[in-house]
Amino acid sequence: MSKRTEDIVIIGGGPAGLAAALSARKAGCEKVLILERDRELGGILNQCIHNGFGLHTFKEELTGPEYAERYIDMAEEAKIPYMLNTMVTNISLRSDGRKKVTAMNKEDGLLEIETETVILAMGCRERSRGALNIPGSRPAGIYSAGTAQYYVNIRGRMPGKNVVILGSGDIGLIMARRMVLEGAKVQCVAELRPQSGGLKRNIVQCLDDFNIPLYLNTTVAQIHGRDRVEGVTLTKVDDNGKPIPGSEWEVPCDTLLLSCGLIPENELTRGLGADMDGKTGGPVVGENLECSIPGVFACGNVLHVHELVDHVSAEAEKAGNYAVEYIRQKRG
Amino acid sequence: MKDYDVIIIGAGVSGCAIARELAKGKLRIAVLEAKSDVCEGTSKANSGIVHAGYDAVPGTLKAKLNVRGNEMMEELSKKLDFPFRRNGSLVLCFEEDGMPGLEELYRRGIENGVKELKLLSPEEVWAMEPAISRNIVRALYAPTGGIVCPFGLNIALAENAAENGVEFYRDHKVTAIVEQRPVWTEKPPAKEGRMYQVQVDGEIFEAPIVINAAGVYADEIHNMICEEKIRIVPRRGEYRLMDKNCGDLVNSTIFQQPSKMGKGILVTPTVHGNLLVGPTAEDIPDKQDVDTTAEGLAKVLNLGSNSVDALDGRQTITSFAGLRAHLVHEDPAEKSDFLIEEAAGHPGFIDVAGIESPGLTSAPAIGEYVAQIVENIYPAERKADFVDTRKGIPSMALATEEEREALIRENPAFANVICRCELVTEGEILSAIHRLVGATTLDGVKRRTRAGMGRCQAGFCSPKTLEILSRELHLDPAQITKEGTGSEILTGKNKDTAPGEGGTWKRTQEPGGKEALHE
Repeated sequence: MSKRTEDIVIIGGGPAGLAAALSARKAGCEKVLILERDRELGGILNQCIHNGFGLHTFKEELTGPEYAERYIDMAEEAKIPYMLNTMVTNISLRSDGRKKVTAMNKEDGLLEIETETVILAMGCRERSRGALNIPGSRPAGIYSAGTAQYYVNIRGRMPGKNVVILGSGDIGLIMARRMVLEGAKVQCVAELRPQSGGLKRNIVQCLDDFNIPLYLNTTVAQIHGRDRVEGVTLTKVDDNGKPIPGSEWEVPCDTLLLSCGLIPENELTRGLGADMDGKTGGPVVGENLECSIPGVFACGNVLHVHELVDHVSAEAEKAGNYAVEYIRQKRG
Repeated sequence: MKDYDVIIIGAGVSGCAIARELAKGKLRIAVLEAKSDVCEGTSKANSGIVHAGYDAVPGTLKAKLNVRGNEMMEELSKKLDFPFRRNGSLVLCFEEDGMPGLEELYRRGIENGVKELKLLSPEEVWAMEPAISRNIVRALYAPTGGIVCPFGLNIALAENAAENGVEFYRDHKVTAIVEQRPVWTEKPPAKEGRMYQVQVDGEIFEAPIVINAAGVYADEIHNMICEEKIRIVPRRGEYRLMDKNCGDLVNSTIFQQPSKMGKGILVTPTVHGNLLVGPTAEDIPDKQDVDTTAEGLAKVLNLGSNSVDALDGRQTITSFAGLRAHLVHEDPAEKSDFLIEEAAGHPGFIDVAGIESPGLTSAPAIGEYVAQIVENIYPAERKADFVDTRKGIPSMALATEEEREALIRENPAFANVICRCELVTEGEILSAIHRLVGATTLDGVKRRTRAGMGRCQAGFCSPKTLEILSRELHLDPAQITKEGTGSEILTGKNKDTAPGEGGTWKRTQEPGGKEALHE
């Protein structure tokens, strides 16, 4: 077991973690460490190769990887240490108020890090087919939009050729366009609610410009296909989201992408015993972004799902500052 | 042509239990499985319950093998290192009218040899299980009831059989069986036997003993050579699997007393700490139809809530359906039972058919029972070097800190987390792929390691698992499947085809409003 001591441990090296680390360093904290579970910094931005990022933060329009790169460059320049391929398995509170972060990676094996503060920046995950409770068969060809985005944008591989998308969140809309550009046919986007949850510009640029129909008040009633998806039954729904009998129609497809909401990933937060907010899915925080556990801060999508990464960066910057302030106060 | 002493058709839990038991003798054994992996049919989608044995009608094979299987399970779980817990089971009775039925279960249990059965008052039940409905009048408690990981059991049996020389052929669907007769087997005691040629896509496997453990397809295999036909109807059961958040809502397995309302829905913790609710029961015509339905999933929740008020549908992380292999008896008065016997007029052809509930519980006993039938007609010398134990894949999630450190020292891949929800590492996935009868598909990895079984349902880990499978099996990523040929995850590379390929997609307007080019 390798051990080390830090002032601030940041869990997650995506946009939130990077911005928090930079502001903490700027505010004068030397001992900052980022723990990232993936093989590179940048988080989900790395697979968001479309543009539209950074209008607030940098006053120019960037792609996801470009936006991430700016922060990664700044972090490198500030010589902020980080560990990649490192999974945090537990955070616990010591009796003296300091925290113990347990993690592991291939190089160091098990790691135990004692720290004054922790900044939670783990992001979120997508709601799965099971959680959506869509009936039908369980063949290959059902992916969350983000998983499909990873295959296409990072691995250069197509997860399907003939696609129906359920959910008109921004990832779903962006993936409708991406799948078309990479050679697939997108049959339609179905949205349970009476309006799309995505940004207007995404509806125009990703659906309208490609003549992809958006069916509102519509959901998938059944998935068909034994080995691979062969089609879905769509159905109109009433004001309560309940299927309207007789309104069903079949759409042949080999792929169903799901973009039906994001869930802050708070397994570690719950394990730590922090109070949770049932509405946001994140921890309850005060104005200084501190959880019910003193010295534990949260920012970005782990706190609540943000529409724009620019807002994540701004929030995370504050979290970094507040963490430094906490350390200062504690040490008088 | 490949020749064996015994050919087992089907690598479900029955087939694998039989294979392991027969491997104790000096026999050359082949297991032919139509699907891409062991544990792909009925064995993979069921309640995972080790029944106490009060359900089956006394005197039936079901009753005998259930009780025996239950007795064997604990020791077997230690020998073969699969998850099993004796958590006890309760049958709830909701109305006075149901009392005779409950008492009947109690009597059956006693007659079947189930130990420690007790009838409990509601207060006794609530003291044990506070989440149980206030609407119960009485309950039957069977402390010997248990829960098992159905994949864990099936895969452990397969691996241990393979360790002892059994050869597994997956993706080997039997298309025909030809019986050659008469053949005199050379082995003592000399007895008239037959030689069976089992055909698989042009390949021929030959053996004097054929065991039909083909699950819902056991009728098709049987009917290939037997004059007296049998019929198996798949009886579909739908389930909801709930988040580990609510895994401790109940400790015991909670059954409902069958009533006019139906057979009842069970609520049980799983050995991995989730909560499982189901199944429905519906006879269907299609043996491949494991679709869930909106009605079925709603029913599971509604009826389950009769037992446990606090069931929360929003905690569902996945749902699935399984098929029970229900043997149809022409005479409806005949008691429903397992069909395990040498087929009339076909020496050496042994049916293991109609293995519906309590089939999983009975599996170890079915292995013993069938081995005895084989011994009587085709005796074999005992192997002196039979390996009785098997070590499962280490679990980082369950390991202590010291164990984790030791695993990582042995192979740093045990520190590389692939599935974050269930804490499954690359080391575990490598073990799953490279052990005997190893995983070759995403679902194969999932059933062996739990990677992808957590609350994100493989959203994050499936691309990583796919990459590891492709690297280790030296296959292109496009060849990696969810569950065998036809279920490839990827369909090609980017831009293999023109944008919007498919014919009907036409850009009528260029982005920005310019008139479009058609085609």
